[in-house]
Amino acid sequence: MLILECPHCGIRAEETELAPGGEAHLKRFGPGSSDQEFEDYMFARKNPKGVHFERWRHAYGCGKWFIAARCTATLEVFGTYPAQTAAPPQHIIDAVKTRRPGWEGYK
Amino acid sequence: MSTRLSCGGRLIDRRAPRDFSFNGKKMRGFLGDTLASALLANDQMLVGRSFKYHRPRGIVAAGPEEPNALVGLGVGSRFEPNQRVTTTELFQGLTATSQNHWPSLEYDVGVVNNYAARFLPGGFYYKTFIHPRFAWKHVFEPIIRRSAGLGKAPIDRDADRYEQAYDFADVLVIGGGVAGLQAALVAGRSGARVLVLEQTAHWGGRAPVDEAEIGGLTADEWIRNAVEALEGMQNVTLRLRTMGAGVYDHGYVLAEERIADHTPADGRPRKRLWRIRAAKVIAAQGAIERPLSFAGNDVPGVMLAGSVRDFVVNHAVAPGDRTVVVTNNDDAYRTAILLVEAGLSVPVVLDARAAADGELPRRARAMGIRVETGRGIASVKGGKRVTGVAVCAQAGQGAVLETIACDSVAMSGGWSPIVHLWSHCGGKLIWDEVNAHFRPDPDRPPTGQDGQGIVVTAGSASGALTTDAVLRDATNAAGGTDAPEAAVPQEAPVAAIWVMPQGAGPELRAKMWLDYQNDVKVSDVQLAAREGYTSVEHTKRYTTLGMATDQGKLSNINGLAVLSQALSIDIPQVGTTTFRPPYTPVTLGALAGEARDDIFQPLRRTPMHEWHEAHDVEWEPVGLWRRPYCYRRPGETSHQAVMREVSNTRTNVGLLDASTLGKIIVKGPDAGKFLDMLYTGMMSTLPVGKCRYGLMCNEQGFLSDDGVVARIDEETWLCHTTSGGADRIHAWMEDWLQCEWWDWQVFTANVTEQYAQVAVVGPNARKLLEKLGGMDVSKETLPFMQWQDGTLGGFRARVYRISFSGELSYEIAVPANEGRAFWDACVAVGAELGAMPYGTECLHVMRAEKGFIMIGDETDGTVIPQDLNLGWAISKKKADYLGKRGQERAFLASPDRWKLVGLETLDGSVLEDGAYAPAEGLNANGQRNTQGRVTSTYFSPTLGRGIAMGLVLRGPDRMGEVVEFTKLDGSLAKAKIVDQVFYDKEGAKQDV
Repeated sequence: MLILECPHCGIRAEETELAPGGEAHLKRFGPGSSDQEFEDYMFARKNPKGVHFERWRHAYGCGKWFIAARCTATLEVFGTYPAQTAAPPQHIIDAVKTRRPGWEGYK
Repeated sequence: MSTRLSCGGRLIDRRAPRDFSFNGKKMRGFLGDTLASALLANDQMLVGRSFKYHRPRGIVAAGPEEPNALVGLGVGSRFEPNQRVTTTELFQGLTATSQNHWPSLEYDVGVVNNYAARFLPGGFYYKTFIHPRFAWKHVFEPIIRRSAGLGKAPIDRDADRYEQAYDFADVLVIGGGVAGLQAALVAGRSGARVLVLEQTAHWGGRAPVDEAEIGGLTADEWIRNAVEALEGMQNVTLRLRTMGAGVYDHGYVLAEERIADHTPADGRPRKRLWRIRAAKVIAAQGAIERPLSFAGNDVPGVMLAGSVRDFVVNHAVAPGDRTVVVTNNDDAYRTAILLVEAGLSVPVVLDARAAADGELPRRARAMGIRVETGRGIASVKGGKRVTGVAVCAQAGQGAVLETIACDSVAMSGGWSPIVHLWSHCGGKLIWDEVNAHFRPDPDRPPTGQDGQGIVVTAGSASGALTTDAVLRDATNAAGGTDAPEAAVPQEAPVAAIWVMPQGAGPELRAKMWLDYQNDVKVSDVQLAAREGYTSVEHTKRYTTLGMATDQGKLSNINGLAVLSQALSIDIPQVGTTTFRPPYTPVTLGALAGEARDDIFQPLRRTPMHEWHEAHDVEWEPVGLWRRPYCYRRPGETSHQAVMREVSNTRTNVGLLDASTLGKIIVKGPDAGKFLDMLYTGMMSTLPVGKCRYGLMCNEQGFLSDDGVVARIDEETWLCHTTSGGADRIHAWMEDWLQCEWWDWQVFTANVTEQYAQVAVVGPNARKLLEKLGGMDVSKETLPFMQWQDGTLGGFRARVYRISFSGELSYEIAVPANEGRAFWDACVAVGAELGAMPYGTECLHVMRAEKGFIMIGDETDGTVIPQDLNLGWAISKKKADYLGKRGQERAFLASPDRWKLVGLETLDGSVLEDGAYAPAEGLNANGQRNTQGRVTSTYFSPTLGRGIAMGLVLRGPDRMGEVVEFTKLDGSLAKAKIVDQVFYDKEGAKQDV
């Protein structure tokens, strides 16, 4: 069971306190988008073995959503940050690159 | 025969006899015995029958790796099947029964399978039972279920209780042998918070059995000192009888403590599941000895050499009078020496290696023990008990050189580190050529949050096989440098012997057991290889090797070695199967813990819960709530009660506890904009004081929840959700507000439990409120679909004029702590108006009569509002709302959808819930095509006939058409497609 630090309240929360929300930094496609765009938004997920950005909600804590950057293979956590952002903050990207020099970015 | 020796036994107390029974036979052992040692002391070598062939089986091992000796323990409500006798502590009155035989252990009819063994090879099930298809279910499976399998599931309810507890440690040491104790000493002295777990009832593991000398002390003395020192440290906690079951993500560890297994019914919980968070896990579980694969290695009396020593030293029990030792290493000579020193006979040590010149073999020879090198066992003689062995050359094909009489065989195929805990969370293994085993690769540990290793192994779990190496490794594992010295004899390397003799033919290989518990033989694995199974994971599943309750603790390495030979590839390339928790089986009761009966899950009670309970309520679970289904009067059936409640509400007045209805406040400058995105309809334009029905969809466009929204003030809306949906919808709102529109200024609050809500429904509803008094509830002042704050009968009330029944209806919200008093007041003043409480089923019947949909009945996650003729609740003006794009997809916009209609049976009967309407032809799977299904169906007392709603292909275009629906008895019911509103189509009754 993972331990992730909630960036809002600072608590190192155990997985049982958290609710998962799937892949982070998806762009919403609404009316006017093509079938392909909508399909990708709705269904296409990266599911990588390696660096991944995931949404989590501190459901049994402060109730806030945050994003965790972690490695799905080794369970290493590179950092967490509030969900109120369209892209990972620079310090998170730096943290990932330090640990995974070959990483090609989150897109 | 196996017997109790006249002296010795470091764990038993001869002054404390313990009576027990095995298959009804009275036996006696001592305090400190395991059930295994006590059975052996009573010469009970035969303890069970094997899974598939029903072969007689005896005790093989002395620890948790035991594959054969599983029994049913206890009786009645404390009966537990499949308990290992080797890990069961003996207590006064213990009752054990053997398993998997009929009619008795001694004479088992199922043993015919043994003689048919050649027809039951690996993969037999897959090959045999494919055709004809029906036969599996009706012929093969019932027979196999009876003849295979281990213990029977208990019938009675478990009388014991179980609990769970949490603990935290800087260093968690799993295993209380000398390695674990040494690691704990080092970690403890560093000041770290240390927790030490040992699965047995005593500290020290196997070192005393092997007569280790540590720092000039005997192992027993050193252990005593170590435990004393650890007990003196404030920062160290020691727990016996606690098995480390699994290591999970980020250092989460589960452990099972056996509290009252050996003291049944003493009032304590039987077991306790520890949920531990550890910064660092030191896995010091030791090593397990491997069997050798020779013909008849499963005959009762054939045991692991180390386990023989365990029984002799710990319990003063000898498995036999004449024991042949067979080995590929020096360690097994300890067994021969010990047995001779105990006054027993060892006719020969058969050593498969070409030479045996180590210190231990030399000592054995010096004692006069006959040692034969380059020799192996061709076959074991005997059925229910070993009577002798046929000796052969290891290098040959099994030609018998000599037959030696004996009553037990001690075998050793080398030692494998216990790598389970290391592997559970991703630790990798390397093949150690010298010791012929897999051991943890220290460079590839399981990793935690910071990417660093979370598990280190200590002692023989690392592959250190001599006491001095064990202590050095354990010291290092805990970050120390000063390991105590241990005097150890020089041992020559093990020889990798996987089949004995090397050139054994099919006859012999079909009698060499790899997996005792699942009856998998060398020949089965070789057959799997010939049939193309090259992956060890596939071979495991095809042959069932290692899939029994022992999870292949004895068989895995031997099995994959045989596979590697059959495939002519190296063992490391074959690899191992995946190690999964738990290390040994964990009782389901411990996993459930206290979460059973009334506290299985939390129960949500409305403020009126006790009133319902006192008034003959029949409960219906709705989420975690209990809602009244109906209130049964004396002599009434549930159905009759529901019919009465409907009729009374439609003619007089009914009272419904609607407190469970979800209530979410949405407030802020952007609240209107937000709700316009959330609902399919327009909420921003709703005037203050008014109510509007709204639908919420997910992004795919499928209907997710519905309810009435009330505009409270300029910036505030109150959103009603379904009873089960409040938490989900609140979370859904927060998700969008926090993660997509985080710059919108909106607050949400789930106030469901802050209000009690009562629906007053029926022609007399207004009269009832007027009798309560305090506010004007006339049509003029409070028209349909409006709300007002005021007082009713002295209660602060918010009154909504909304209706889910089609009747004149008020829903009144009062503060939750006044809810019961308000309900009582309604009941009191309603008495002379004919007021009766009604339950959810009455609510359902009335809403169905009105053609109102119910989330979860008319919707199932694949239904869009347009399917339910709810297009009127979808704003055409809005550019966007959640689900709008999804609903534009071609297959949802198609006219060929199943759409909601009313259904009227021709004979007035009630359609069956969920019944399908068959259509012509078959689909791609050969199943009958369908053209619709029933979503809600009731008997309507108002109309005196069955009514239903259903989703039917192009339904609204087919009004008047008669469609057939399936019935459980196989016949079909004819129903006419009609409008979904059966009662008061104009809505005159609710708007008065």
